[in-house]
Formats: sequence, C-alpha cells, structure tokens
Amino acid sequence: MMPELFVPWLEIAILLPLAGVLLVFGVRDLEERMNRAITVCALTFLASVGAWLDFARLRTFEAHDQWNLASSVFGPDAVVIDELSAPLIPLASLLYLLIVISTLRTKVRRFPMVLTLISESLLLAALSCRSHWGLITLLALQTLPPYLELKSRGRSTRIFVIHSVLSIALLALGWAMIDVEGPKSEHSIWAIGMLIAAVLIRSGCVPVHCWMTDLFENASFATSLLYVTPMVGAYATVRLVLPVAPDWALQTIALVSLITAVYAAGMALVQREARRFFCYLFLSNSSLVLVGLEIATPIGLTGGLCVWLSVGMSLAGLGLTLRALESREGRLSLDHYHGLYQHMPSLAAFFLLTALASIGFPGTVGFVGAELLVEGAVGIYPIVGMLVVCAGALNGISVLHVYFRLFTGKEHRSAISLQAHWRERIAVLALSVLILGGGLLPQLGVQSRYHAATEVIARRQVTPSHSNEHQSPHVSVLPNSHVNKNR
Amino acid sequence: MEFMSLLHPLGVCVVVAPSVLLAVLGVTTLVGRPLGERSAIRCMQASVAVGLACAVSILGIMLSTGIREVPIEMGDWVVIEAEHFHFHVKFIFDRLSVPFVILSFVLCGTIGAFTSRYLHRESGFGRFCVFYAFFLLGMVVSVLAGTIETLFFGWELVGLSSALLVAYYHERQNPVRNGIRVWAVYRVADAAFLIAALAMHHLTGAGDFERLTGAGAWPEGVGVLTSNQALFVGLLLLIAAAGKSALVPFSGWLPRAMEGPTPSSAIFYGALSVHLGAFLLLRVGSVLASSLLLSAAVVVIGVTTALYAEITARVQTDVKSALAFASLTQVGIIVAEIGFGFRYLALVHIIGHACLRTLQLLRAPSLLRDYNVLENAIGEHLTRDKTIWERLLPESMRSWMFRWALERGYFDSFFNEYIVSPFCFVFKTCDAWERSWTDFLAGGKSRVSDELATPSDELIPDPEFAES
Repeated sequence: MMPELFVPWLEIAILLPLAGVLLVFGVRDLEERMNRAITVCALTFLASVGAWLDFARLRTFEAHDQWNLASSVFGPDAVVIDELSAPLIPLASLLYLLIVISTLRTKVRRFPMVLTLISESLLLAALSCRSHWGLITLLALQTLPPYLELKSRGRSTRIFVIHSVLSIALLALGWAMIDVEGPKSEHSIWAIGMLIAAVLIRSGCVPVHCWMTDLFENASFATSLLYVTPMVGAYATVRLVLPVAPDWALQTIALVSLITAVYAAGMALVQREARRFFCYLFLSNSSLVLVGLEIATPIGLTGGLCVWLSVGMSLAGLGLTLRALESREGRLSLDHYHGLYQHMPSLAAFFLLTALASIGFPGTVGFVGAELLVEGAVGIYPIVGMLVVCAGALNGISVLHVYFRLFTGKEHRSAISLQAHWRERIAVLALSVLILGGGLLPQLGVQSRYHAATEVIARRQVTPSHSNEHQSPHVSVLPNSHVNKNR
Repeated sequence: MEFMSLLHPLGVCVVVAPSVLLAVLGVTTLVGRPLGERSAIRCMQASVAVGLACAVSILGIMLSTGIREVPIEMGDWVVIEAEHFHFHVKFIFDRLSVPFVILSFVLCGTIGAFTSRYLHRESGFGRFCVFYAFFLLGMVVSVLAGTIETLFFGWELVGLSSALLVAYYHERQNPVRNGIRVWAVYRVADAAFLIAALAMHHLTGAGDFERLTGAGAWPEGVGVLTSNQALFVGLLLLIAAAGKSALVPFSGWLPRAMEGPTPSSAIFYGALSVHLGAFLLLRVGSVLASSLLLSAAVVVIGVTTALYAEITARVQTDVKSALAFASLTQVGIIVAEIGFGFRYLALVHIIGHACLRTLQLLRAPSLLRDYNVLENAIGEHLTRDKTIWERLLPESMRSWMFRWALERGYFDSFFNEYIVSPFCFVFKTCDAWERSWTDFLAGGKSRVSDELATPSDELIPDPEFAES
C-alpha cells in the first residue's frame, strides 16, 4: 500500500489556484487583484513545499495525499508524488509565484491573471499525475491558456494549434495502441514511433520546434515562459515513453535532442531579438535534459534530472530578467547596444548569474548537473559527450554576447528611473539564493536526483515490455565496476 | 610535528581568504548595496595579506621540514557512493603551486594597491573589485588544484573575470567587442580542456593529478598514459593552454585585451593569466613527456609564438600592445622550454617574467608622460639607429613583413573569414528557412520581431548642448 502524506498537500496545491480564479475574477482594482493573485500563488507555493517536505519525511519513493480523495474519482495514480516529481512541483509553483510577483503595476491590466492561475493548476495536476490517460488529458488542457491568449491578442494561432494538436493526437493514438497491445516484450514500431514524435514535438526538438519560437514571438513573455520552462515534454517522456521504449527509441530521442542542442545553440548566436535568443537558449538546454534522460544510466539520468532543475531555475531567472527589461524598453533588439547597466546594475548582475548558471558555470546550480550529464554521455557515446560540451561552449558565447548587447555598449539616457522594483528584487534574490546555494552545496540535490534516477531505471526494467528482454549493458543499475569514477 | 598540524588549516586559509573576498564583494553588489571604495580596498588588502601570509608560512614549513608535497583534502563535494562517483576537492602545495600561489598573491596585492589610486572615483570601481575577486579566487584555485575538475573550476573563473575586465569601459563598443572576442576564444579553450579532462578521467579512472601524472612529487611524476593516449589528451590540453596563453593561432585576442584598464592588463595579460596555459602544461608535464610527438608539438607552438610575437611587437604603435606582444614572446619561449622538458627553468622564467612585465605595464602610463616631457625638452622626436634587420633585409621583404605584422599575422582575418562568417552564414540561412516555414504555416508574416526599430523613448541629446 502506498504511503500517505500527513496533509493533502497536493490536492490543496492544485485547487488553490482554481479557488484563486474566483478571487481575482471580476476584481477591478488592479492593486487588489494583484495582491490576491500573489497571496494565492504564495499559498500554492507553500502547499507544494509542504508536499515536498512531507514526502521527504516519509523516506519512500512515492506517496499519495492524505485521504486520497482524487483516487476515488480519477483512479489510484491520479495524484501522486514521487522522487521524480517531488522537487518539480515546488519549482513550478515558485516559477508562477515569481512571475506574478515581478509583474509591474503598469502591466497588471494586460497580464492574463485568470488564465495564469488556471494554467498553474493544470501544471501542478500534470506533475502530480502518474495515470497515463490522465497525464495525456492534462497535457491537452494545458495548451488551452496559451491558445486563448494568442486568440485574445489577435495573433495567428495556426502554428501553435497545428503542433499542439499533432502532439496530443500522436500521444493519444500511440498510447491507445500500447493499451491495445497489452503487456508484451516489445511494442509495435508504430506505437513507439508515435509516442516519440509526440514528445519530440512537445519538447520542441528540431525540426518541429517552430511552435516554440512562434509562441515567444506572439504570446506574452510571461505566458511563454510559464508554458515552456517547467519542461512538461521531458516529464511526459519520463512518464510515458521511458517505461515502454526499447533502446533504439531512446537512442533516437537522444540523437534528435543532441542535434537540437547544437542547432539551437548555434541559432541563439545569430538571433536579432532577445525573446528569440531566449527561446533558442532554452531549447538547447532543455534538449540536453532529454539527452541525459535517454542515456538511461544512473549517472547520465542523474545528470539529466539535475540539469532539469538547474535549467528550470536559471532560465526562469533569465526569462524574468528579460521580462523586466522588456517591461521598460519594449521588445529588445540585439542589433544594437542598449547600455542598460548604469540604470539597473542588480538586474545586470542577475542576468549574468542566471545566464552563467544555465551553461553550467562553476559555483552555480548547473555545474554539477552538467558534469554528471557529460560524464554519463561520454561513458556510453564519447562523441555525444563532446557535442554536449560544444553546445555548452556555443551557449556560453551567446549568453555573454547578449549580456553585452543589453547592458553595455553605450550610455543609455532615460527620463525616468529604470531601477528594479522591490518586487522584482525579491524575485531576483530568491532565485539567486537557489542558484548559488544549489551550486555551492549540491550534494543534497544530487542525492535526491540519483534516487529518482535509479527508481526510474528500475521501473523501466520491471516494465512488462522489458521483462523478457536481454539486459542492455547501459541500463544497469548496478555499480559500474569497470570504471572507477573517482574524481 | 606541531608545524605539520598547522599545514591543513593554513592551506584552507589560502583558499578561503579569496573566497570570502568574493562572497563579500559579490553579495553586496547583488543586493544593490556595494561597498564603498575604501572598504573594498581594505577587504582586498586583508584577503591578499591573509592568503599570502598563510602561503608563505606553508613554504617555510615545507622548507624547514623537507616536505615536498602537502595535499590538503577538502573531502567530497559531491558523492554518489553506489556509482563510485566522487567529486573530490583537493589542493596540493608543491614546488610548482607554492611559488605560483605566492606570485599570485604578491602581484594581486601590488595591483590592488595600484588600483586604489589609478581607478580612484571611477564609476566602475566596485565592478573592478568584484572581477578582481573572481580573478584572485580563480588563480588560487587553479594553481593549487589537486584534481583536474578543481583546476577547471578556477580556470573558468579566471576566464570570466578576464573577459569582463576587457569590457570594463563598457559604455564604449570597442572594449565590449573585444571582451566577447576574448570570451569566445576562452570558451573554445575551455571546451578543449573539458574534453581532455573527461578523456583523462576515463583513461586513468580518476581525476586526481596523482593518478594522471603518476606518483611522485612534481616534477618527478611518471606518466601512466600510453604514447597515443598522451598524444590525444595532450593535444587537447595544448589547445586549452594555447587559448588561455594566447599562443599561435589564438594570439589575436591578446592586443584586444589591452582595452581594459591598466591594472587588469598588467595582472591578466602581463603577469598571471597569460601564464596559466604554461602552468597547465607544467602541471601535466609527465603527460607531455609520454609522447615525443606531443613534446615536439609543444616546442613548435612555443617557438612559432615567440617568433610571431617578436616580429609583431615591433610594429605596435601603442605601448600596451607592444608590451603585450613582448610578453607573448616570453610566453612562447616558456612553452618551448616546457616542451623540451626544462620544467624548473620554465617555472623560474615565469616568475621573473611576470614580475618584470607587471612593473612595465604599471609604469607604462607614466612612462609615456616622461617621454613627452623629454621630447618637449629636446624639441624633436627621439632618434634611433637602424636595426640590423633594416640593413640586411631588402625593402620589399621589409614591407611585406611590416604589413604582415601590422595585421598581426592575419589570424583574426583568417578566423573571421573561415570560421565565424561561414558559421553565421549557415545559421542565418537556417533562420531564413525557419521564417519561410513559419510564414507558410501562419499564412502570413509570423515574426513580430522583424519589425523592431531602435527604441524611441530614449532622450536624444541636443547637439548644441552636447557640444558645449
């Protein structure tokens, strides 16, 4: 029997944003509306942290809510927390909280508060859901808030709709075929192929990544950021593809992800606008997460899961900074220098910190994850490890290039103060603490991700689709005896 | 024995002193409350004084007790026991690292004192101090590193601080462009370093230098790699060292780096940073010794760099660039010495050269003034005799060499034309294809960002007012 949390934290965290919708809906006073939304997001964050701490106290791989009310309606796996999702849930809610906190008063009127709260609820539900069909349904529902926003802004929705519908349809068809085929040693190539295609589209892998650049072009920065940075595509890969995929499927995903990582890193270097740069930088880094996930060795998978968290934090921070700049300067061209440092040195420092964390700079949260990822990759495919390093080098050049373009190069004159608002400072400092804290004291995070990695691999091995398979040498969870990884 | 028990805390203090400096300066800047000039200088002085005192104490104990190597174990930073994965942090005080770390503290202390006058009341003083702290920590960690990953940690800090200091005068575009150029070369070098580290790690099964370079205190370790393995890993390390020390063909960034303020030019490109590549080659000297071909490659690169820099230095029209290339000449010779296996000679050469060049670079601004006074007193430019080359070489040859040297060996043009331009062309073409594809899917123009104009909310200065 699955252990229970002390309090139904997960259900509280999922329902709070929905209750928040009722609280903010129709409120005309912008300040009041903002305060209510911040309160709701803060409570949601506290509930998700509560779930994480409660789960850590139990010292188990998985647990469900106290009383488990959702299971009676949606099934036993509808709301579950496990090693994989435990840190992702608070991270997702923190991201929403920081985005809402850092929204300037001048932008509140245009900020889609209701849709944001709904999407938070859907995201937390997806991250808490292990039921396959439940997850597919939630993934489908998650596409609605960005779609509605694009529609309300009068922008073309075709690119987003085509990719989203294709992804969800392939996911549903693929999983339906898996269900029809039942437990067997190897599923049909069609079923696996459709699942792979679906997660590749959702993750924005080349060549089906254009929906992501389009979303950043046409939706608000906040909505784009909240839709992509939790990396639900990678989550769907772990939940839906990893347990049933044969080795060739994982290698395919790893190869496509690797190509995406290098391609997006190169594209980030030639972008002429800050949002597009951010999008490609994110694509490159999130693809590295997928590479780590598909290596499927304990070290590689641990690296992938660590990079997942570090990329989530660092690129969310970078996105927050760019959003803060945009709210003052409008869309940011990279064709010329902006020279904003003198007006906002704190934001410049934070931009640099988050950008460096995203490329795995020493002392930041991304460093150890990147090391583990490359270590795992080199152990299996040396060339993969080298390409990961090359992608990192290109990303390193592009982030400093953009830093220089935005913050230096000329004396910026402004009639009004462009300094960071205290709310923005709170958001920035909160993420800085996490990025530096996780970078200087990484052991706790790595250990937790290692447990998650071993459990994911163990589950992959006991899945019916693998029960009769010859054991692949690189999915072993046994200590690697022939290579002493003493560092 | 009492002295011996002091070694560990003293060793820890050497690393902690610059770490605390970085923490103090970095955190206060990040929270928007940077320290004042005087406080920042005091912090820098205290950090250097403590670090230097501890390093000298360790040297004294080592000399008095005859110990040649003191490993300081800091434990496992990250460990996954089941996978035998240990990210081990260890520092080594030996005949290579102790002189180097003392040199680092002495020169950084000198530069700190010089900076307090030279950059007094500059708007970017606080920024300089933060980058200085990054650099000092990076140097100390690199020099004392007992594992290749720890060395990489410090190596990256040095690279970042160097690039940001080149772009110190960041309200102008040229320093910024040069900063990104330096950073790009460093990233290539870092990538080579990381791949070499991984390769060494997989070949020897460990990241400790003891395992990589064989047992025995520096420089007596014997390489454990085969000749071919050493060649592969060594060439990658040579690329890393070439990038960091501006060896041929990566020399183009060195004169660009002179855009930074004089103190940073002195500390980075005259004294310490430019020798870090040579330090790396010294540290893995036993790997170089395992392959004759690799040693030959090191010698060739060193000699080529020395010749290139010697010729190029003669046509420089500003004192800092001339000093930069003069510095590079010596670095080339040092690298050649390492290739020949003269490790002690190379170490002594580095120390002497670093001190001399720091002095020259710090003296350069006032020297120009002195020359000015001298020429004003004489009433004409100083004359000079023809050199032997001017007498021996034909005019056409001298003209060709002049152009070649003035263009700095065409290295920058080569990289621009054959690497940067094709790279940008390929990805810009891909970008254009993506635009066509999304336009097709959207049924019209899909990119709002194409319509971006120069920000119009900026106050345009009145030309008359600006002129006045």
